[in-house]
Order: sequence, then structure tokens, then C-alpha cells
Amino acid sequence: MDFPILLTILLAPIVAALVLVFVPKEESLTIKSVAAVGTFVSLALSLYAYFTYDQSLGGLQFAMQIPWIQDLGVTFFLAADGISLPMLLLTNLIGFSAIFASWNINNRPREFFILLLLLIAGVMGTFIAHDLFIFLLFYEVVVIPIYIMVVIWGSSKRVTKEYAAMKLTIYLLIGSAFLLVGVIALFVKTSAMSGVPDMSFTGMAVVAQQLSGFDQIWLFGLMLLGFGSLISMWPFHSWSPDGYAGAPTAVSMIHAGVLKKIGGYGLVKIAVFMLPAGASFWAPYMAVLGVAGVAYAAMGALAQKDLKYVVGYSSVSHMGYVILAVACLNVIGLNGAVANMFAHGVMAALFFSMIGFIYEKTHTRWIPDMGGLARQTPRLAVGFMMAAMASLGLPGLISFVPEFTIFIGAFDVYGGLAVVGIAGIIITALYVLRAGANTLFGPPRPEYDHLKDIRGPEMVPLIVLGTVLVVGGFLPSLLFDMINSGVVPLHAAISDVLQLGGKL
Amino acid sequence: MTPFDFSMPINPAALTLEMLVAALGLGVLILGIISPKGARSGLGWVSFLGLMGIIGVAITMWGQSGELLAGMYLLDNYALFWKITFMVAAALVILGNMRYVDNVGHQAEYYSLTIFATLGMMVMASAGDLMTLYLGLELMTIAFVVLVCLRKKDNKSVEAGMKYILLAGMSSAVLLYGLSLLYGLTGSVIMLDISRIIAMQPVSSALVLALVMLIAGLGFKISAVPFHMWSPDVYEGAPTPVTSFLSMGSKAASFAIILRLFITALPGVWENWAMVIAILAGITIIIGNLVAIPQTSIKRLLAYSSIAQAGYIMVGMVTASEAGIKGVMFYAFLYVFATAGAFTVAAYFYNVTGSDELKDYAGLSQRSPLMAAVMLVALLSMAGIPPLAGFVGKFYLFKTIVDGYLWLVFIGLIMSMVSVYYYLRVALVMYRDEPKDPSPINVSGPVTVTLIVTMLVTLIIGIYPGPLSEVVNSAAHSFFLH
Repeated sequence: MDFPILLTILLAPIVAALVLVFVPKEESLTIKSVAAVGTFVSLALSLYAYFTYDQSLGGLQFAMQIPWIQDLGVTFFLAADGISLPMLLLTNLIGFSAIFASWNINNRPREFFILLLLLIAGVMGTFIAHDLFIFLLFYEVVVIPIYIMVVIWGSSKRVTKEYAAMKLTIYLLIGSAFLLVGVIALFVKTSAMSGVPDMSFTGMAVVAQQLSGFDQIWLFGLMLLGFGSLISMWPFHSWSPDGYAGAPTAVSMIHAGVLKKIGGYGLVKIAVFMLPAGASFWAPYMAVLGVAGVAYAAMGALAQKDLKYVVGYSSVSHMGYVILAVACLNVIGLNGAVANMFAHGVMAALFFSMIGFIYEKTHTRWIPDMGGLARQTPRLAVGFMMAAMASLGLPGLISFVPEFTIFIGAFDVYGGLAVVGIAGIIITALYVLRAGANTLFGPPRPEYDHLKDIRGPEMVPLIVLGTVLVVGGFLPSLLFDMINSGVVPLHAAISDVLQLGGKL
Repeated sequence: MTPFDFSMPINPAALTLEMLVAALGLGVLILGIISPKGARSGLGWVSFLGLMGIIGVAITMWGQSGELLAGMYLLDNYALFWKITFMVAAALVILGNMRYVDNVGHQAEYYSLTIFATLGMMVMASAGDLMTLYLGLELMTIAFVVLVCLRKKDNKSVEAGMKYILLAGMSSAVLLYGLSLLYGLTGSVIMLDISRIIAMQPVSSALVLALVMLIAGLGFKISAVPFHMWSPDVYEGAPTPVTSFLSMGSKAASFAIILRLFITALPGVWENWAMVIAILAGITIIIGNLVAIPQTSIKRLLAYSSIAQAGYIMVGMVTASEAGIKGVMFYAFLYVFATAGAFTVAAYFYNVTGSDELKDYAGLSQRSPLMAAVMLVALLSMAGIPPLAGFVGKFYLFKTIVDGYLWLVFIGLIMSMVSVYYYLRVALVMYRDEPKDPSPINVSGPVTVTLIVTMLVTLIIGIYPGPLSEVVNSAAHSFFLH
């Protein structure tokens, strides 16, 4: 057996969390270092996996299979393909940065880092599991650490942190209840059809693709509800701005950066792949909801004065593009969807970490109170503006190519709707630039003159995520070749059904 | 109809478990009388080790099958699995609560009655005729009545005992009426014979009446809505270890017997009761979860949550299939561990602070990280959050009813997410709030062991349910072999 690289990536943060249980709770620096080492191991190994993945071969690699639950046909199946590897890498980039963005946490640090590590491991698990049951185990495991982290280390501004935490949790759990109904029904129907229960993605998909149009449509509908509420699809998005505003920096980073991407990942790799007829039935509705989300949330962001709310709404708006792209159901669109999730993840995480530092130093997130932080904290300003520019899709940064791809894919299929979506970019530019101008480039306020710029460990998020922003912008092929090698075979398997379309 | 053949030799070895448990109960009672007052706290260890030994014997008997007394007493893996479950429940309750019991006093009575209640449950699991069923049920119930009012100087405890005996008596009467109707219609008390005779008759209105009586009488035992009114009061008033045993052992045993009665004796009229059970399950899940939301006492909260749990387990009965039975047994087994974990924390907390109020749990995560973690894991397992055992359990239960009862799947899963709301309120208090009294709580050795065992089992079954699932499959399979 080869070196179980995916398992090691998955277990490194868990081992670090277990180690932390035995570290005395006063040893704040040791605690942070252990957490950093744990996530660094995962990051290094996932970089290694990303660059050693054989794209010409494609398909599932680094696979590892252990029979798990016989009568449910569950195997503990870890594997990665061109869609999961970028998401895995993204998780670890953000996870590693999030440890350093939380470097100044001194209230019960041990509990904080244990929960953060479990959260990171849970998110990673969803991206490398290749079995629906194992996927579900990881899918919901993340909810509880988040709840506890928000209520202990969150902040109450417009809404209390308790409210934010509960809203976040209940929204996502109710969404996942619908998803669960869909999964259980899908399991029962496929195992009745084939006679042999099999919950691995590929095994289940082969059978599920044969299900009648009607079954596919309602099952896809349930999955859309579940995954859609996780990816903050309009109108199920309202947890997202409130939740991010209440959450501590690291949670906002991970949640906006990767966790909500599980929704998009699930839509592509599970819902669309297994139920193509259902997907082609729902695609036009998804496109409409996606574009509505783009427009609505961009307008919402325009009206916000709290930095976290601006980015919160902006992330809803960006996820609208992903949903629109998935709804295209063509290779270009799916490529764009996955790439945009990666790009937005890096950007949102950088944004939230910079906002976190601003809040830590100024104790406010209220845009009119900031003045001209660019003079007082120039490095912070660089990070902030890089994220802002990526958000509005500046060429040369990572989000330009994915967004462009989405528009090409969507214009083909949806014409007019795509135009509305593209117009959303203008509003994005408006609110992002305005937030940047009023926070960084206004008249400097004397009370912030003593602020120390970010330095030492605080620089890690900026360096790690900033590098990815730029490299991804100049060498988009690094990202796109990988994604394409995952999307093409997936699309080929379902293209016949997609052409027929789903009918009730 | 087969008349009793009393000449048939009875193999006493088949009753080894029951005899051992009875001997243990009597032994503890006698030891309690002859030992000096100071030494009586050792009785807990005697009972615990005795039960562990008997569990060991039970495991070696895996695979036995047969009938005693022409079908009065059924021996199979199904019964054996339940018996092990009950003994595990009893052992956990005893191990986790020795200090609580020492504070209350009456150790000999407490331990021996707990063991006798277990014996009643074991008889129920093997019951193959209506008389044995009733015998086991009453043995268990009467032991519980005494246990509930064990804190005899506490008004609440005595009140709970009164309520329990009145309502248990009434429900027994209703059940007996149903059983006697069944006998009147078929002329037999042996379940297998009843099943054969009913299959030959048209469904009469008297049979429907009998069904209603049986559902009502047994619905009381599992505290299914609308027969649940007694349980919050009794759960709150009873000594916490008893509450714990009542909510897992008594409930599990009642499910064991309900499955036997309905699926062995009454499969012929399945279409007459399946929908009723499905609707009751739905209502039970909804009411249990909704009423739990405003509770401020941890024991009442757990009481309502256990009503909801009974609703989930009922889901497995609806299809009367092997998969459904498997779901019930699997869920009941893991429910034992979750309940034992939560109640052991509650009992120990009461010992230290004298309070069952949720608000006094403030800052428990700082005073005792282990207790807070176990409580959280237990509650989340009941809510069905992966990777804890409850998730797999619910998966097994709800997958049986996707075809035909999809509405119930929706109710069940959405309500389990709603239940997270009140479970997380407990987490909120334990984790966010600063403790009023920051002194750490030192958890004693046996309690630590109980807590860690319940937490680990809940976690391991949740992550790797394969082995348990195989065992339960074999148990559920043996159900239909008679």
C-alpha cells in the first residue's frame, strides 16, 4: 500500500487537537505553535498532492478504500480528483492562515484552537470523501465547533453573537435535514434498483443516473435546498451576513472561504453528477436564483456600513455567480464554478483576516469611523486592497479568469440573464471601492496614529493568501488545467442525459 | 392450538442468565441485611461486577435458539441482544451513581431492585406468550415504583412515585384488557398461535378494539404522545439514577415486547396498525421536541427529549420488517449510552451542587471539561449530529420508511434539527457562561470511567458502526426464525 497521503492530511489537524488536550492551558504560545504545525503538515502535503496529481491520467488518485458498513454499502473511501484537489488545497491554505489570523486570541486559547483544528479537519473530510455516507459524517461535524466558537469568541454588534450563532446553525441544519431526506431516499431507491447497496459516489451515480425523471427531479430539489442553503443561495442566504458578522475572524475566514463552498462542491459532484435529469430540470430556476442573489446581495452590500457586513453580502453575491455557473451544466460553466469557488475562497479569507486585524486594533468595523488607515497601517492596507481588487475581478488577480469563464459559459445558455449577472460587477466595484476609500484613504484620524501595523505571525495570512491571489492571477492554467481534468470526465458521463433534458 | 406438553423436558441451562440475575438480586439483598451500615456502599461494586460477569456469560451464549414450554419463552439472538442491552444499561447506571446512592441511603434496596427490574426486562425480551409478557412487565414496573420514591423524605420523589403507580396501574389495566380480548378472540396466549389463528379470521371490530388497547397500554410504557403526560413529572421527581434507568431500560424493554407482540402475534392485521403507529410516531416526535424547548430544568429537558427519542424509535416498527427491527435495536442500544452519559452528568452535578437547574450549569466546561464534553456528546448524539452514533441510528430507522411514509421522514429529520436548538442551549450555558462558583468539580474514579465509556462508545459507533451493525443484523434476523 502506498503512503496514505490523504489520510495523513486529514488526520494531522486531529492529532494536533489531541495533543492540545494535554498541553497546559496557560501555555498560549505552545498551543498556537502546535496548531500551526498541525495545519502546516496538511498544507505541505496537500501542495505535494496537488502538484504530483497526474492530470493526463485524470480520475481518482491517491485513493484509499476500507469496507466500512456492509449492509449500507459504505466504504471509507478517500480519493481526490481535479475538482476536490483545488478545494482541499484551498481548505489548507485558509486553515493555515486562520491559525495566524487568530494569533492574538488569549481568552481560553486551548479550547479555541482545538475547535478550530476540528473544524478544519471536518471541512477537509468533505472534499476528499468519495462515499456519500462518509461525506455526510464530515458535512455536519463542522456545525457544532462553529456554534461554540461564535458564542464564546464572537462579537455582538448589530446582532448579538448568540443570535448569529443560532441563526447560522439552525439555518444550515434545517437545510441539511432536507439534504438528508434526499440522500436517504436516493440510497433506498438506488439499492432497490441494483440490489446491492453502494454509497460510493461513482457506484451510486451509475445507478442513480438511471432513476426516472420524476424521482431525479424531486431528489435534486431536496439536494438543491440543502446545498443551496449552505452556499447561501438567494433566498436562503440571510444567515450569511449575520453569521459572519458575529463570528470570530478565523471562523469567518473558514466559513466564507471554504465551508460554504461545500455547497457548490456538493452540487457539482453529487447532485448534478448523480441526478443529471433532475439538474437539467432545475437549471433554469437555479440560474434565476443565482442571478437574483448576485443582484440582491450586491445592492445589500452597497447599503452596509459595517465592514464585515459588506464582505458578508459580497460573498453571497459572488456565490450567485457560482450557482449561475453550475446551472449552465456545460464544461466551461462547471470549470468556472469550481475555479470561482477557489478564487473567492482565497479572496474572502484574506478580506476577513484583514478586517479581523483592523477590528482588533481599532475596536470598530464601522466604515465612517476609520478615516485613512493606509498611512497608519500600510501593510494592512495592502492586504485589504488586494482582496478588494480581487473581489471586483481585476485582471492579474485570481478572480478575473474564473469570472470571465463563467460569463462565457452563461452567455451561451442564458443570454439575457448573464447580462444581468455581469452588470453585478459594476455594483461590486462600487461598494468595494467605496469601502476601501473610506477605510484606508480618507483623512487619517489622530486617535489611530499609535496603531501598530501587522507584523511577525500576523503577516502570514497576507503572505500566504496574497501570493496565491497573484500567482493564480498570472498563471491561471495552474488552476484551470487541474479543474478541467476533473470536470471533463464528470461531464462526459452525464452529457447524454443533459441533452435530453429533464421532464416532469 | 397446541396444548401445553408438560412432559416436555425443560433445559434449565437455557435460563442461565435469568437465574444468575435473580441470584444476584437476592444475594445483594441478603448482603445488605447482614453487612454493617458502613460497608453497604460496597454493594454497588458487587452488583456492578456481578452484572459484568453475567454479561460475559451472555456473550458466550450468542447464537442460541429455541423455545421453552411450547413457545412461552423464546430464546434467540433477538432476546439475547436485548438482555445484554438491559444489563449494560443497569451496569452503567450502577457504576456511575454510587455516590448518589450513598447519599440517598437504602443501598441494598436500591441495587437489588435495580437488578430485579433488569430481570423483568429480560423476561419481557424472551416472552413468547401474553402471560410471560405481563409477568415481566409487572416485575419491572413494581420494582420501578419503589425505586422512584426511594428518596422518601423528598415530596417530589414521593409524588412522582404516586403518579407512577397510579398511571402504571391504569395502563396495565388497559393492556390487560387488550390482552384478554386477544385471548378471547383466538383462544390462545401463545403469540405464534395467535398469529396463525388471526390470519385465518376476518378482522373483527373486537380485534380492532384490542389493538387500540394494546397500543394505549404499551404507549404509556414508552411514553408516546398522547400517553406521555406522566413522564416529565416522574422523571423530574425520581432520583436521577432511577430516571436514567427508567428512560433507557424501561423504554427499551417495552420496545422489545412491542415488536414481539405486534410483529410476531399481529402481522396479519398489519395494515390496521401501521398507519396508527406512524401517526403516533410523528406526533410524539413533534410534541416531544417542541415542548422540550422552553424547559429550564435539565431533567425535564431530558424527559421531553426522551419522549422525542421514543418517537424516532417507533419509526422502526412501522414497516414490521427485519430492517425496521434492526433499526429499533440499533437505536435503542446507542440510546442507552447517550442517556447514561447525560444522566450521569446530571446526577453527579446534583451531588455536588444540589441543583438540576440549567442555569446552574453555567461554566461547567471550565469547572469540569469532561462532564461538559460528555453532556454535549450525549445530547448531540440524541439530535443525530454526525459523527455521533445517533446519526447512524436515525439513518437505519428512517431508511425503512422512505417508500410510503416519506412525510414521516421529513417530520423526523426536520424535528431532529429543531431539537438541536434546545440541546445547544445547554451547550451555550456550559461553554459560554462564566461559572458563578469557579471551583473545579473533581469527578470520582468510577464516574470518570462511566463518562468516558459512554462518550467513546457514542463516538465509535458513530464513526465505525460496521461491527455493531452486523451483530444487530444477526439479532434481527433471528426474530423471524420461530
